[in-house]
Amino acid sequence: MINERNLPILATLLVFIMLYGFGMYQYQGFRDTLVFSNLLTDNAFLIITAIGMTFVILSGGIDLSVGSMIAFIGVLMAYLISNTGMHPLFAIGIALVVGVAFGAAMGVIIAFFEIQAFIVTLAGMFLFRGLAYLINLDAVPIDHPFIAGLYDIYVPLPGRGGLTFIAMAMLVLLALGILIARRTRFGMSVYALGGDSHSAALLGVPVKKTIIKIYALSGFYSAMSGVIFAIYTGSAYPLAAVGVELDAIAAVVIGGTLLTGGVGYVFGTFLGGMIQGIIQTLITFDGSLNSWWTKLAVGGLLLFFILLQKGIVVWVKKRSAS
Amino acid sequence: MSHLVKENVQVKETLIVEERGKEAQSAVRPLLEIKNLSKSFTGVQALNDVSLQIQQGEIRALLGENGAGKSTLIKVLTGVYPRDGGEILLDGSLINASDSGHAQRLGISTVYQEVNLIPTMSVMENLTLQHQEKTFGLISWKKAEIRARELLAQVGLEIDPLRQLDTYSIAIQQLVAIARALSTQAKMLILDEPTASLDSDEIKQLFDLMERLKSEGLGIIFVTHFLDQVYSITDSITVLRNGECIGTFKTAELTRSDLVSHMVGKSLEDLAPTAHDHSIKRERTELLQLNNVGKQRYLQPLNLSIAAGEIVGVAGLLGSGRTELCELAYGSVKPDQGDVTLGKHSLAKSSLRRAIQVGMGYCPEDRKQDGIVAELSVRENMILALQASKGWWSPISMAEQQKLVEEMIKRLAIKTPDMDKPIGELSGGNQQKVILARWLITHPKLLILDEPTRGIDIGAHHEIIQIIKELCEQGMGLLVASSELEELVMFAHRVVVMKDHHKISELDGDEVSEQAILRTIAS
Repeated sequence: MINERNLPILATLLVFIMLYGFGMYQYQGFRDTLVFSNLLTDNAFLIITAIGMTFVILSGGIDLSVGSMIAFIGVLMAYLISNTGMHPLFAIGIALVVGVAFGAAMGVIIAFFEIQAFIVTLAGMFLFRGLAYLINLDAVPIDHPFIAGLYDIYVPLPGRGGLTFIAMAMLVLLALGILIARRTRFGMSVYALGGDSHSAALLGVPVKKTIIKIYALSGFYSAMSGVIFAIYTGSAYPLAAVGVELDAIAAVVIGGTLLTGGVGYVFGTFLGGMIQGIIQTLITFDGSLNSWWTKLAVGGLLLFFILLQKGIVVWVKKRSAS
Repeated sequence: MSHLVKENVQVKETLIVEERGKEAQSAVRPLLEIKNLSKSFTGVQALNDVSLQIQQGEIRALLGENGAGKSTLIKVLTGVYPRDGGEILLDGSLINASDSGHAQRLGISTVYQEVNLIPTMSVMENLTLQHQEKTFGLISWKKAEIRARELLAQVGLEIDPLRQLDTYSIAIQQLVAIARALSTQAKMLILDEPTASLDSDEIKQLFDLMERLKSEGLGIIFVTHFLDQVYSITDSITVLRNGECIGTFKTAELTRSDLVSHMVGKSLEDLAPTAHDHSIKRERTELLQLNNVGKQRYLQPLNLSIAAGEIVGVAGLLGSGRTELCELAYGSVKPDQGDVTLGKHSLAKSSLRRAIQVGMGYCPEDRKQDGIVAELSVRENMILALQASKGWWSPISMAEQQKLVEEMIKRLAIKTPDMDKPIGELSGGNQQKVILARWLITHPKLLILDEPTRGIDIGAHHEIIQIIKELCEQGMGLLVASSELEELVMFAHRVVVMKDHHKISELDGDEVSEQAILRTIAS
């Protein structure tokens, strides 16, 4: 069904198909499943972060702390595994609990002290980065057979490609995100809050509780992303994932979510993250272009999507007025 | 004072006796009982010892002028504000709603004038929000759609529940809001000015629905400004004034003139017929002319002309269309029919800047929201309109600004230590004078004032009325809307009486008196 709500995500899908189609048309190598499975693996940590960010933006907020959270969680895991000899599974468990707790704490401050999410999560961004340095100043390898074992899990696909553990984890988290957004009361409360927070309160939506849950969820997803990033790189570095919060926001917006909140889909965010990956891959395939062209293309797309959304909003208003 | 209080108590006592009698007859306890409810905000007593009872299957009108306490009462009932004292009983048991959601679960649902739904969600999502049915812990949209269709059918709507809410008209959104309010097994339904943006067919649809709900035993509180609607749908009327419950009356037994008297706090008999000189001494040169000017769902088309040196007052109850008339005349809201002319200039389609250039000025009702820029200085606030009419590319020199402002401060006796003080720090009366000054330095031919004396002290009140009279003597035309009849009759040469967004009458010269205006409103 084509209606005003689905238009941005349809545009995203179109851009995705066009870019992928262009790659397949232009380059022989692009037609192999390897490219697709690499896209899934290489962009997994960004997409996972962006899924959490989707809930935040849907509610009309923003979370700038996610990049630092990824670095902090990685360093924390490395410390727990190497220095205390803890089994990675426990380390991951602790890392996730810490991520959720920090996210929830930011949510409490935002909800109860009514401070803008921008400022609170900006403080979180500096804080987590600082905490990461407090634990460890340098890049350290995460050496553990269990982590290596996870990295080696591989389900081959037809062609040369295959699903890594990282890609599969991302797809599971994506499915979970979609379910939470569309099939739970919490998810609908997020949409309601972003659509009109005043009305949402009058309709009986527990506003403060929902806000805390949103930032806790974003904390969970960025911590999960930190875990995946650590497995992906096999190391931890306090300066990792600088600026990822902005890439995640870009993925969410290119994925068709309205920056003002209330409208958008988690699946769109997946496409938005993939689109950024495709642009990068295309530039690599081209070979003559500098990798900074990725930023240029992402910037252009972002602008296009923001204008598209504005256009749709104006169009809907005009139509309902007439 | 004590005499008044005593009288009030008596009124209440007789009412209670009446209610008891009714109770004995029908042998049921009231659905909703409010006992001695009080609520104050930083020293202002918004509700003072209000008591009332509503039976099952009763439609009760809740009436009162601005500041009477209607919305405070509703917000206390639904738990949006905590109460200072008193009890609320629903179905005989004490309730204490902590928020709107809690009130809904208890059985009190509210539909507000501004549709309080989520515009970006679908009709179905709005209807089922917080009450979604689940299968295996997940929301079942199949069940939700069935439920949504049931609820829509209940209010007689046949629309696609999957479409986004804001693609439908306000009227439909309003009905969706009612459908939602009913979905929570409501025992009490509060409708807070639901008809303000509906046309007559839609209102009829709403009334049919209300009748049906009434027959199903629901209690309904209906807040409205439209007296016709009060008489066509309600069983009883509770009037609030200045936070006090003036009384509860059977609709059939209360005449309109008594109702209006209760609302404004003046009885017709007490008012002197007329004592002011309302004639214009000079020759008429027409200034502002509204020719069949109207806007759908806003103001019924009307004619009006104002001559130079004439003050035309706009009277009417709250929500009767006073402000709407001012906005259309000024052009901040564009009429969709008719023509506005000022002198020789037709203004119906031109920009506000053009209107200001040809001599129009407007001081809006809500000073804080529309009038002053609190952070800017007295001087900057005063110079705004003149600068806007000149365009921002031809700045007024500082020396010239200071000269103009100095003059105005002296002329209007504005009390401010210096002209660079932020206007937010001035008293209400002085802020109002600054806004007047803002327009006076543009040398308007016609000045529109909406509630020029609201919220200012008595001394400043008198001064502003003096200024209005002086401006008129200097040949300016004025259109003044006010809820205070007393002040209107003091200076107006003619009074336009508004009711239900219609101009119902125009009183001229000797006809202008408080009594006559009230009579016209009540007729």
